Amino acid sequence: MYTFNFRRASSLEDAQQIHQSSSDAVYVAGGMTLIPSLKLRLANPDDVVDLSQIDGLGAISSADGAVSVGAMARHCEVAATTDIPALAALANRIGDGQVRNRGTIGGSLANNDPAADYPAAVLGLGATIHTNSRTIAGDDFFVDLFETALGDGEIITRVDFPIPKRAAYAKFANQASKYAVVGVMVAETDSGVRVGVTGAGACAFRLTSFEDALSANMSASALDGIDVDSSDFNSDLHASAAYRGSLVTVMAKQAVEQLTA
Amino acid sequence: MNAETGIGASVLRKEDARFITGKGQYTDDISVFGQTHCVFVRSPHARAKINSINTDAAMAVDGVIRVFTGSELVEDGIGDLPCGWVVTSKDGSPMIAPPHPPIATAVVNYVGEPYAFVVAETLQAARDGAEAVEADFEILEAVVETATASSSAQIHENAPNNQAYDWELGDKEATDAAFANADHVTTLDITNNRLIPNAIEPRAALGSFDAASSTYTLYTTSQNPHVERVVLALFVNVAPEANLRVISPDVGGGFGSKIFVYAEETAVIWASAKVGRPIKWRADRTESFLADAHGRDHVTKAELALSSDGEMLGLRVKTIANMGAYLSTFSSSVPTYLYGTLMAGQYKTPAIYVETQAVFTNTAPVDAYRGAGRPEATYVVERVVETAARELNMDPVELRRKNFIPPDAFPYQTPVALEYDTGNYGASMSMALDLADSDGYAARKATSEANGKLRGRGYSCYIEACGIAPSQLVISLGAGVGLFESAEVRVDVSGSVTVMTGSHSHGQGHETTFAQLVSDRLGIPFESVNVIHGDTGRSDYGLGTYGSRSIAVGGSAIDRALDKIIAKGKKIAAHMFETTDDQVEFAEGQFSYAGSNEPKPFAEIAGAAYIPAVYPLDELEPGLSEKAFYDPQNFTYPAGSYVCEVEIDPSTGVTEIQKFVAVDDFGNVINPMIVEGQVHGGLAQGIGQALLEHGIYDADGNLSTGSYMDYAMPRAADLPDFEVDMTSTPCTHNPLGVKGCGEAGAIGSPAAVMNAITDALGVKDVPMPATPHTVWETIQQGA
Ligand SMILES: Cc1cc2nc3c(=O)[nH]c(=O)nc-3n(C[C@H](O)[C@H](O)[C@H](O)COP(=O)(O)OP(=O)(O)OC[C@H]3O[C@@H](n4cnc5c(N)ncnc54)[C@H](O)[C@@H]3O)c2cc1C
Repeated sequence: MYTFNFRRASSLEDAQQIHQSSSDAVYVAGGMTLIPSLKLRLANPDDVVDLSQIDGLGAISSADGAVSVGAMARHCEVAATTDIPALAALANRIGDGQVRNRGTIGGSLANNDPAADYPAAVLGLGATIHTNSRTIAGDDFFVDLFETALGDGEIITRVDFPIPKRAAYAKFANQASKYAVVGVMVAETDSGVRVGVTGAGACAFRLTSFEDALSANMSASALDGIDVDSSDFNSDLHASAAYRGSLVTVMAKQAVEQLTA
Repeated sequence: MNAETGIGASVLRKEDARFITGKGQYTDDISVFGQTHCVFVRSPHARAKINSINTDAAMAVDGVIRVFTGSELVEDGIGDLPCGWVVTSKDGSPMIAPPHPPIATAVVNYVGEPYAFVVAETLQAARDGAEAVEADFEILEAVVETATASSSAQIHENAPNNQAYDWELGDKEATDAAFANADHVTTLDITNNRLIPNAIEPRAALGSFDAASSTYTLYTTSQNPHVERVVLALFVNVAPEANLRVISPDVGGGFGSKIFVYAEETAVIWASAKVGRPIKWRADRTESFLADAHGRDHVTKAELALSSDGEMLGLRVKTIANMGAYLSTFSSSVPTYLYGTLMAGQYKTPAIYVETQAVFTNTAPVDAYRGAGRPEATYVVERVVETAARELNMDPVELRRKNFIPPDAFPYQTPVALEYDTGNYGASMSMALDLADSDGYAARKATSEANGKLRGRGYSCYIEACGIAPSQLVISLGAGVGLFESAEVRVDVSGSVTVMTGSHSHGQGHETTFAQLVSDRLGIPFESVNVIHGDTGRSDYGLGTYGSRSIAVGGSAIDRALDKIIAKGKKIAAHMFETTDDQVEFAEGQFSYAGSNEPKPFAEIAGAAYIPAVYPLDELEPGLSEKAFYDPQNFTYPAGSYVCEVEIDPSTGVTEIQKFVAVDDFGNVINPMIVEGQVHGGLAQGIGQALLEHGIYDADGNLSTGSYMDYAMPRAADLPDFEVDMTSTPCTHNPLGVKGCGEAGAIGSPAAVMNAITDALGVKDVPMPATPHTVWETIQQGA
């Protein structure tokens, strides 16, 4: 770690104010991603701005057919919710117990790791992301590898997940890190069938070919014979692009089987 | 004897109370007055020439005290890190050991090799200083692959073809003849994946120099503090042996990686005198990945010659062993004397010939890791035997039974140097088959198939040579040390006992097991025995713990010292009984004499020893304290039968171990609970090797699996419920009849898992580790 100023923000305005006045500031939520990178001296910010004491930023509520999850809600808290079982199950399989006790949904989405789980939920469930200055449709949020639609210093405040008719998430976890090699959220929502895929590409994406097939016939066999183009998929030590391509179908089928069970 | 704490009782481990309540004292927990901190500056390149190192900027960092480079150690007469076992090549030439300066001077040969170090007031300042060290490197082509190393760029000036040695064992002509007469030859090309040890406690060192007494004290994470001391004194020239005390306090796991003498503790203890203050270093996890000695990394061709009815006639094995960039402390012995000598396995194969070519690469040094050579040997033998059975359409159990060395053939001389003292391999096999519900297998397989899954079953009948080792034998084979063990049993005035052992516990539970042995033999309460280890200032020269040697060699040494205690106790008692010592009996903690109805409890004799009123002091010295050095006559030969059943999901390639049975023969057992725990840990590591763990370098020699994000350690959820049991043929040549149990699980299990996976997939080989990706690709290639 390099030395930095630890700044505890008392409100969203305060947080943004500190961020703006610093030449190099970074927010910290659960710290599960940020702190390891500080420890390895991969980041060297002047100011680390703590969001944990901002009132209400971690609240979870449900109203008007949607679950609203505050940015500071920890994975273990989302895992304990009941309105969208697929979302709770997804949160419950992030990393390990320690990570779930600290990591937050806001941190996860802002970070946009290609192997993170929540992005599949945002796309699959058709969520909306609220920030301190605007509202961003989930479909527009994930831009590229570790890149989101957030502006400099913009703070995620909450994520609204419309409650689907039914949904399920299937994840193939990396044996070492437990991140998603491939994760697929399949949901039947008021606005149609949605399929959100994480782990496979540079960032999460919707798979419209699957959505179309499942809209016609919500069964695993509906996905047979649909070619998943894996040419742009990630290829690394743990999985080739072709393997990821195959896992997308296998995980989607598992999700469909769960959801129709 | 006390049934609750004596030999054979599953006594809860004494040491666990402190470990699980955070009261253990590990090296990093120890701090001394005036202590400074140290950070090593490590090579970012796999192979490079060091043109220059500039430490000015580092020295200017606030809090930095000194920055050292390798040349300063050389100028001060500090020697290279030695390899303590000289292996001789086929042509009679000794192995080539390239210069291995603790801190690199002219070249760096693996990513993570230290070339400077910074001593500072705080760890933070030392880190800042380390970052400010500037080096001008000329990057050279890196050699990474085991199989092609000998035809790649030459790394060391004195090692053509990157070869350390080309070794052989066995009778080549007899083996060739066996192949010429064979009905069937099974050939298998396999690799044994590189493993990274990952002890839970990273390596650490705290060195200090006391100018008043000219003595050095080194706290460090060593499995063998006396070896550390003698190497640092005699070979590395840090200090005269008498002026150097090495203390290895609580150590959180070693698995071999803490046997070796490394750069870091050498630098820390040497520099403590230069700086005039104590220096502490503790590896962070990245350093552990980069710079602990790794394990395994073999490429092997194995051929088995058989008759048409499955009689094993000959075995030919050719292995390339990756030694990494330098020869680490005991590395040379691992793919030779701890490997080739085990190729008979449990079988009476009459002709065996083994060749091992040891090669250098630009990777971390490779040395002993749990099992050390014996897992690799078991992997070769048990994979090729199982493959042969499949090729001959024989039941792999039957093929093994047909070739087992029968119980009445012991002692049995193998064609590869070892003489097995005892064993009953068929008995272990039968018990394992029962536990594995062998009869129900067909139904389970049908159920798997109905669910679209692939089920397979594999066996592994391992043998190991433990209780390392008879000194004169290993010295004649090139070892630079004897491998006896020391013990001192110090009886206190009140009759309690302090035991000093040269063995070292870094998770094995010696404080409990050895106390059981002592309390059982002396008939005193378990609680009255205190076991001290890990301090060269307190115990006699001993060789430490590895090679499953602690109970067989260290325990036997304690037993010998106890013999002497009892003998002297009898002499004292004889005076009290007014008889001669040959008339005195000792049993259940009482000295007795047929002519007296008042036996003397052990504590009374202890008191009499130190308050010497009852015996003539010109005949008998006061006190009751005895030492023994025990040198084993032979290795011990634990052996067992393992059965593994897997179910594979062909859509993902995921392997689930549904059954794992381990039946081991460890001879006599002091504490069955601790032994079972050792088996569980070994199995976890062996299954980890088979399914998860893989140390991978990229083509440029960067460690791709340098953290837990990429290097998969086995977790509880990756493992089945083990079914563990034991048979027993007591060792015939040590006083306790014990064999040792620390490595068995890691030795026997990889072959069982991989035999099961290849059975399920119907293929000859799947490279280890059989990760889902690898298994999936194997299935795709077949499809
Ligand atoms: C061992 C391990 C295993 C893991 N496994 C998984 C897994 O299986 N699946 C998975 O999805 N994730 C996994 N993670 C990541 C984990 O979910 C993290 O919690 C998450 O990536 C970051 O959340 P955080 O709250 O810890 O964020 P932090 O580390 O505090 O911050 C991460 C980044 O987000 C920014 N940020 C934080 N909050 C906000 C906000 N409200 N608005 C704007 N920017 C913000 C920070 O500035 C920082 O750049 C794992 C992590 C570890 C260490």
